Amino acid sequence: MSTQEIALSPPPEISLPLTARLHDLVLTVDHKKLGLMYIVTALIFLVIAGLMAFTIRMQLLVPNNTLVPPDVFNRLFTMHGTTMVFFVGMPLIAGLMNYLVPLMIGARDMAFPRLNAFGYWMTLFGGMLLYFSYLAAPGLAGAGSAPDVGWFAYAPLTGRAFSRGHSTDYWILGLLVSGIGSSASALNVIVTIVTMRCKGMTFIRMPLFVWMVLVVSGMILLAMPPLSAAQIMLLLDRFLGAHFFDTQAGGSAVLWQHFFWLFGHPEVYILIIPAFACASEIIPVFSRKPIFGYPAMVAATMLIGLISVGVWAHHMFSVGMTAMSNTFFVASTLLVGVPTGIKIFNWLGTLYGGQISFEPPMVFCLGFLFQFLIAGLTGVMLGAAPFNWQLTDSYFVVAHFHYTLVGGFVFMIFAAIYYWYPKATGRMLSKNLGLWHFWLFLIGFHLTFDPQHIAGILGMPRRIYTYDPGRGWEIYNMISSLGAFFQVLGVSCLVVNLLRSLRNGAIAGSDPWDAWTLEWSTSSPPPEYNFETLPEVRSRRPLWDLKHPEDPDWKYE
Amino acid sequence: MDDQMTSQNFISQKREGCVKIRKSPSFPLYQRATKGGFGSVLTALLILSGPAVAFAASGDNAFTPTNIFVPFSTPAHAIYQNASLVLTICAAIFLVVGGLLAYSIFRFRRRPEHENLEPPQVYGSNQIELAWTVIPILIVIVITLATTRTIYDVQGALPPPGTVNVTVVGHQWWWEIRYPDLGIVTANELHVPVTESGNRRPTFLKLESADVAHSFWVPQLAGKTDLIPNRRNQMWIEPTQPGTYVGNCAEYCGLQHARMLLRVVAHAPNDFQNWVAAQKQPPVDDPQLRAGRDAFFSTSCINCHVIKGTRANGQFGPDLTHLMSRETIGAGVVPNTAENLRAWVRDPQHIKPGALMPNMQLSDAELDQVVVYLASLK
Repeated sequence: MSTQEIALSPPPEISLPLTARLHDLVLTVDHKKLGLMYIVTALIFLVIAGLMAFTIRMQLLVPNNTLVPPDVFNRLFTMHGTTMVFFVGMPLIAGLMNYLVPLMIGARDMAFPRLNAFGYWMTLFGGMLLYFSYLAAPGLAGAGSAPDVGWFAYAPLTGRAFSRGHSTDYWILGLLVSGIGSSASALNVIVTIVTMRCKGMTFIRMPLFVWMVLVVSGMILLAMPPLSAAQIMLLLDRFLGAHFFDTQAGGSAVLWQHFFWLFGHPEVYILIIPAFACASEIIPVFSRKPIFGYPAMVAATMLIGLISVGVWAHHMFSVGMTAMSNTFFVASTLLVGVPTGIKIFNWLGTLYGGQISFEPPMVFCLGFLFQFLIAGLTGVMLGAAPFNWQLTDSYFVVAHFHYTLVGGFVFMIFAAIYYWYPKATGRMLSKNLGLWHFWLFLIGFHLTFDPQHIAGILGMPRRIYTYDPGRGWEIYNMISSLGAFFQVLGVSCLVVNLLRSLRNGAIAGSDPWDAWTLEWSTSSPPPEYNFETLPEVRSRRPLWDLKHPEDPDWKYE
Repeated sequence: MDDQMTSQNFISQKREGCVKIRKSPSFPLYQRATKGGFGSVLTALLILSGPAVAFAASGDNAFTPTNIFVPFSTPAHAIYQNASLVLTICAAIFLVVGGLLAYSIFRFRRRPEHENLEPPQVYGSNQIELAWTVIPILIVIVITLATTRTIYDVQGALPPPGTVNVTVVGHQWWWEIRYPDLGIVTANELHVPVTESGNRRPTFLKLESADVAHSFWVPQLAGKTDLIPNRRNQMWIEPTQPGTYVGNCAEYCGLQHARMLLRVVAHAPNDFQNWVAAQKQPPVDDPQLRAGRDAFFSTSCINCHVIKGTRANGQFGPDLTHLMSRETIGAGVVPNTAENLRAWVRDPQHIKPGALMPNMQLSDAELDQVVVYLASLK
């Protein structure tokens, strides 16, 4: 192998004119370019939706604040939630899967490159359609504007009678279109993993990242149809006078909730399992040990996938289900805690006895471990129906899911960016700026979301545009809002780092972290065909075998 | 010009008013917890473990009017006990697992002498995997059993004799409260008797909605239950101490979701009888108020509001028969004072933008007459 030579040569300079490069982006079917396009798109949406969250926090800084009027506030939290789930979370996952899966399984591209491009453009157009509502719902000219029904858009608030204009229609269509993109991308990942693994890579030798995104893709295929179906039914209600969710005509509001959460709960696992996937790659490398309990990790992932389709109604403990239904969903919900716990314990087992180095990817992983532990435990509290009757729809829930999605998912996305950026660009990100990013964001995260637990316990409902003084919420909201400044500073460090290192970062070489999976065996950035000769593997850590011929993994597996 | 002045005055009044509210006994925002018990300990722990150590020291925040850990009602107490168990188990897990994580990260950090040496490569252990699978399963079983019991205790309760039956109908953005057995209709403030030893007087609520989904949440009395159109839900409360308990709509219901406040006034049994008797009185027809009455009945106010025994029989807005017996206007937006009432009737949109009551464009003279009449509806 000629890895050494490749490692020392600088990445090729891009010399094509801008128009030609843009033209290339529009036409490309290369999984690496599409993967990066997904990620950059998602990061842009992340900044937009992040600024919305910042505005929300500023409005709630003090009681009876009048920074934004109620209608604008309601649009802000609706667009913040919708954007973060569908146009930040989903494209980030799709981007990581697209970029990494072929490299990790030793393939030259995805199984269906053109379907891959189709998926990206559907996602982008879906997002543009959603944001077009600001101009056309009727926005500039009339009373309406962006959607204001909340990201889970409960019926019958979305019906013609209560949501006039077309803002809800833009919400439906934008998500329908991007849902097609997500399904296409998931299908592609499954087929790629099943059919295109390199020689010697049996299922039980796949990197855990690949295992986990395989399960996630299966879950996307199961979760998207209920949402799309419900949205089509809602469109029929709104345009053709059907009565699925029209309670004035005998329709059912609870039906929408069942459909939505049948999508929505698998969806939150769809977002968090890729975070697990990244952690399962990064923690071993920076602990210098293989993942502890690989088969248990695979089994736990499959169990989470399986159980996740049977827990949806724990979002609905307050809609008045029977005691029997409530009990069933308590049991199934708490059961998810078992495989999730197994994962945390296995990461702990990986750290134990290792040599932990605190590079930027690893510090974000360690933050993730603590935060996800807390998020899981507040999830157990919310899973106990009686406790949930108090906590649901309060700020405690807001704190809980931001712990999973920011403290868990976003932290791991940052870890993944620091870890794989050298592979994608050939340049290292600045470690200093990375650590600044980590500490600022960590402080901001905890200042913002820790006090929200208490506000919820003190009875503060979510989605209120303001509140009166005198109920003990003031101080927690103020701390929470101040934390937002730190988060903005932290993310600014990342943006500067990403842009500056593109030209000025240290040359990475093919394997800067002394890692073990196949993507580190090719040059950084990888050539269009990924591998000069397709690799052949004999264990889960092919590069370990290569670096330690005296003590290879395949002797033990 | 004049208009601007008044509106600014109004806002400052409203702010001051709210500050005053906390201290004024005539408008108690909350029932102050006198005995904290385990709840206050838990809350204090939570607050101390949070980032707000300095602020907790000032003490006042620990006991708020809507703290779920300071319950004053049977179902809220059952929930609180279950919650305490779950919270304790979760805290214990956090200490053990978090402690192990912190220890491992500190103990196994990379040191200079590790240069070029890899640690022993450990792939896993079936015994350990089994242990950390079985222990969580046992914990899950414990929590599930305890929780199931609480679910059936709360949801399976049957109304004893002496139960007060109430129907609550959610509207964008106010609460209609009906006592079918007593023939009383009111809004936004639910009056109930307290349970005393040997004399159970729980209140069972039928929950309905006239438009979109809402949720009834008075944290110190019970968990929340949604009010969903075209569906009948049920919940119950059983306050054990007289006082005013505040709450909110807890399901996003559109523009003014934030301003859909709720209060439950729990009376000693005799006081409750007095309240019932007062509410059953027909409105007084005072000849001195004829002018205001005529002004009211000549506007379209009567298309939306009911005043019993008159031809005002609209069903869309709150019943006004005993308007002045209520503590707030606009579902808790402002205290129900003569000034606020006048400001509200003049332009509800100024106080609660988007409220479904329009500005009736009354002249100042009409406004005075209408407000005088409304103020007589005790």
